[in-house]
Amino acid sequence: MGAVADAWTWLTTRSNWSGESGAWHRLAEHLYVSGVAFGLACLIALPVALWLGHLGRGGALAVNLSNTGRAIPTFAVLALLMLTPLRTHGDVPTVIALVLFAVPPLLTNAYTGMREVDRAVLEAARGMGMSGRQLFVRVELPLAYPLIMTGVRSAAVQVIATATLAAMTGGGGLGRIITAGFNTYDTAQVVAGALLVAVLALLVEVVLVAADRLLSPLRKTT
Amino acid sequence: MAVRNCLVANDWICWEYVRSRSQELTDATVQHVSITAVSVLIGLLIALPLALLARARRGFAGPVLGLTTMLYTIPSLAMFSLLLPLFGLSAALVVTGLVLYSLTILVRNILAGLAAVPPDAREAARGMGYGPVRLLWEVELPLALPALMAGVRIATVSTIALTTVGAIVGRGGLGNLIADALPSLFKAQVLTASVLCVLLAVLADLLLLGLQRLLTPWTRIPARTLKAV
Repeated sequence: MGAVADAWTWLTTRSNWSGESGAWHRLAEHLYVSGVAFGLACLIALPVALWLGHLGRGGALAVNLSNTGRAIPTFAVLALLMLTPLRTHGDVPTVIALVLFAVPPLLTNAYTGMREVDRAVLEAARGMGMSGRQLFVRVELPLAYPLIMTGVRSAAVQVIATATLAAMTGGGGLGRIITAGFNTYDTAQVVAGALLVAVLALLVEVVLVAADRLLSPLRKTT
Repeated sequence: MAVRNCLVANDWICWEYVRSRSQELTDATVQHVSITAVSVLIGLLIALPLALLARARRGFAGPVLGLTTMLYTIPSLAMFSLLLPLFGLSAALVVTGLVLYSLTILVRNILAGLAAVPPDAREAARGMGYGPVRLLWEVELPLALPALMAGVRIATVSTIALTTVGAIVGRGGLGNLIADALPSLFKAQVLTASVLCVLLAVLADLLLLGLQRLLTPWTRIPARTLKAV
């Protein structure tokens, strides 16, 4: 338990939090890169998935894409992007790698959610004279909402967790605290950094679950 | 001389690299495969009793699923670092981290597979005098095998990808080659190791799919034969 006590000492030392390589700066970098990547992934994946789901096409592609995505090591993608001319642009490789990583779960869940809407309900709505657009907004989207949000939640947490790897290829973020600790054989700093990242990932999960609980009943009544 | 040029020119694709470092590449691949195989096997050995326990006692299901899901949210770099004080810089550290990740996928899939066993099959076996152990081994597990194997495939593929992060403690198989090549911006090594990693994942997935088909011959009975009976 000595290591945890040492990590606690690191975390409660004020100087470790300030400055360019301090924990606050690393946390801001981490949230910024994760936020941009997650936002872009949602902008790309959700409209495509919802449209394909509405049309009822391309499902095999969406699901296969998700499974193939698991086979691609993010660390390898980051390393490959590092060696391209993109590396001069700082966070760009990290954002690209994270978007590639977040799109599959978003795509699969949103598509599956749209396809699992009961056919009979759709038929009834159509019988009531709803247009394709009304069907999409008033029936399909609210019913698919829970599964779409499951994908959004898992993608967000995975992006936060994976952004840590950017440090292994020289990028910013909380992972830098860990890798810097490794390079100086400072176990206390390594464990402190790991705790920070783990707590952040769990915190994001908890916040998203709470947001989901607050939002979904509203969606159901509309 | 033309052959030597691709190493000097730092090309992405360089056969001279693959030829001259074949031993290094083989060693890294062997390390990668063994770390993955050991992790998934241990994961399976732990996940099966956990899933059975969660199924037998409703009180266990919530905590077991909650805990394994929580483990999955811990970033891989953080996971390997948190285990550092316990294991030091060793392969056991990487394997432990990977086992913890595989549990989420395996426990869920085994539970789903067991839940999907038709109650009629279970009743029939009980009627034939099968005890709980024989029921599990000869009826429930074989019927749950497709879902179980689907879990093993996902766990294996993602473990192969995650093993690369083990490079942080020097036990990342092909990930080591990637990490070693980064400071010198050695493109051929990064690309070759990355491609090998993805090929390994695809190959493992196909092998497991083949194994699944071998283990579940009854799923291959053509629909026509079934109708005729």
